[in-house]
Amino acid sequence: MTAALRFDPIRLPPECEQLRKEVRAFLAEEIAAGTFDPHKPNREDTDAPEFSRRVGAKGWLGMTWPKKYGGQERSFLERYVVTEEMRVANAPTRRFFVADRQSGPVLLKYAPEHIKMEILPRICRGELCFAIGMSEPNSGSDLFAAKTRATKTDGGYLINGTKIWTSSAHIADYMIAIFRTSPPTKENRRHGLTQFLVKMKQPGIKVNPIGQITGQYEFNEVVFTDYFIPDDHVLGEVDGAWKQATSELAYERSGPERFLETYYVLTELVRAVGSDPDTRSAEGIGRLVAQLHTMRRMSVSVAGMLQAGKEPVVEASIVKDIGTVWEQQLPHRVRDLAAFVEETATNRETLERQLDFAIKTAPKLTIQGGTTEVLRGIIARGLGLR
Amino acid sequence: MAESDNIVVETAEKIFADLADPQTINNDKKDAWKTPLWQALSEAGLPLSWVPEDLGGSGASLADGFALLNAAGRFAIAVPLAETMLAGWLLAQAKIASPDGEMTVVPASPKDRITLNADGSLSGRARGVPFAKAAKHFAVLVHGKDGVSIALVDAAKVRIEAGLNVGYDHSDAVTLDNVDPVTIKPAPNAFDQITLMLIGGVARSLQIAGALESMLDISVRYSNERVAFEKKISKFQAVQHNLARLAGESAAALAAATSAADAVANAKAFDDEVYLEAASAKIRCAEAAEKGGSIAHQVHGAIGFTMEHILHRYSLRALAWRDDFGSESHWAVELGRLVASRGADELWPLVASR
Repeated sequence: MTAALRFDPIRLPPECEQLRKEVRAFLAEEIAAGTFDPHKPNREDTDAPEFSRRVGAKGWLGMTWPKKYGGQERSFLERYVVTEEMRVANAPTRRFFVADRQSGPVLLKYAPEHIKMEILPRICRGELCFAIGMSEPNSGSDLFAAKTRATKTDGGYLINGTKIWTSSAHIADYMIAIFRTSPPTKENRRHGLTQFLVKMKQPGIKVNPIGQITGQYEFNEVVFTDYFIPDDHVLGEVDGAWKQATSELAYERSGPERFLETYYVLTELVRAVGSDPDTRSAEGIGRLVAQLHTMRRMSVSVAGMLQAGKEPVVEASIVKDIGTVWEQQLPHRVRDLAAFVEETATNRETLERQLDFAIKTAPKLTIQGGTTEVLRGIIARGLGLR
Repeated sequence: MAESDNIVVETAEKIFADLADPQTINNDKKDAWKTPLWQALSEAGLPLSWVPEDLGGSGASLADGFALLNAAGRFAIAVPLAETMLAGWLLAQAKIASPDGEMTVVPASPKDRITLNADGSLSGRARGVPFAKAAKHFAVLVHGKDGVSIALVDAAKVRIEAGLNVGYDHSDAVTLDNVDPVTIKPAPNAFDQITLMLIGGVARSLQIAGALESMLDISVRYSNERVAFEKKISKFQAVQHNLARLAGESAAALAAATSAADAVANAKAFDDEVYLEAASAKIRCAEAAEKGGSIAHQVHGAIGFTMEHILHRYSLRALAWRDDFGSESHWAVELGRLVASRGADELWPLVASR
């Protein structure tokens, strides 16, 4: 049974190291040109459409997808390297990240050919922003509770209801959403949900921003009123979205974005303590680095499983659980360790500004992409407990 | 555990299952199991896995030996298998042939030091030496004015103060008073006590990870048997979430330990990247032993706190193994200093290099 929880020591192949150099050089140029400040957290409302297009032009979006759809047919491990370098540099990835990680792969798997040909190359060029419409008022992690109705009509469906906590809906060109096409059955309460491709900025959709405790606007409420979706925008099986949505989650839950969101405070702590730290700082930093290294090795291992065509749902859940708890505690731990940093440390103000933001960010990290409780339920199922 | 395709591990697992079943061992108060177990391990050539054939060993790869130690951890083996393997490996670094019988490594702590006297004898004291009392020979790392040497020392010439670690295994103080070694040779270039401590630490990490795998197994099994408040405790969400966390700690320990073993086995040089792997494994596995072990005990309740139950064979040993070859606190300070000396902008490149 524990055999299922092996994280083999996958190593990134040499082509990844070459790619890493290219990404670092590109990001250094962008920083020099003033596109973004690497010492500032990747703020959630940062939208950088031109940067997004330049990343696309480099061939770093849809990297693993077939060439006929604009992809590069490169490996998950190469994509992994691009993702982590972007994160660590605090690059503004908001506009393209969801489409690259999640929405594109869903379209590849379930969209009709003409839709793939129309949309995927545009994602690869960095032109399109996607949102994910799963949560609804009073549903959240409980996907079965989704009520927003898709009612069959001539040539398509009419949508009525509300999605909530939808990141980036205010800038998104498309949303991939699940709607209720039938009630759940007695035998299968997972029955009755269908996945759709939704074109944003159309009549019948209203996007209302929701402020976050960080002071940013990223969440939205999205209200559908007799919004029409044509038949060819159904993704996959009608009433069978449950399995589609869950297999998508291994991509969402194991990547470097699941432990690097507050990483910048660790770098700044190392800078602030200087080259000859006291014992307390040294020990604190050593433990944090050991924990980070371990999670990264687990995360690379899951990327290797994805590359090998596996669906490591339990392993990905473990990485997300450990990773998000870690990145949530990190700002607080860094704050502890920074208590005795010299007043004269050159980056003291930067560190304090970062901590202020990271501490406000921390509470959401164990909520987004599946709460800790849901993940532990999935892991428990993998252990044969439910 | 998965069926292994590794012949060394397969052989060892068969011996462990036949002669070192944890329940049988736990019921045997006279330790009668130790002799046949050691005999079978020796006949299979396992204690000298890491010694080349021309030096009297079986010449297994570092990777196979590490996998064997992970299996030994899953059975919480309480004979000096890891210690003899490490001693044989250390002697082989200086091309010293290994004798038969139990061995251990001196020193087993980064702070202790054995020195070479002008007359060629050895002096010094080392504490917490695992299984020193059971050893017939010691592989000793020696500091002299011309650098580091490696010596084979007859245990009969050494003063031993017996002690027990948290897991009830021998962990002894060893004093060398002008002891003449059986053999002494210079260590290879760049080999030092830090290298030895880190390799020892990787060995312990694999053992801890193995013990955690077993703790997860028996805890899951127990939770599916034990009934409380009219249902199996595995059906309580709080218990499920605790076991999910134990699975996470077990997985993290195994990932850190196997990654470090892989790094060491394939290292061309003992550089910062290998240092990161080895030190991180010891730190993270020690943390997992603490967190994971406490969950395993919580799930088992009072029964797991008894000597009759096998849980303590894993939980206490995993806790004890934290102390050998440098504790997690020690390596955290050292790793933190390494990171600080390289500078903030070199941290990510170091992590991403692995």
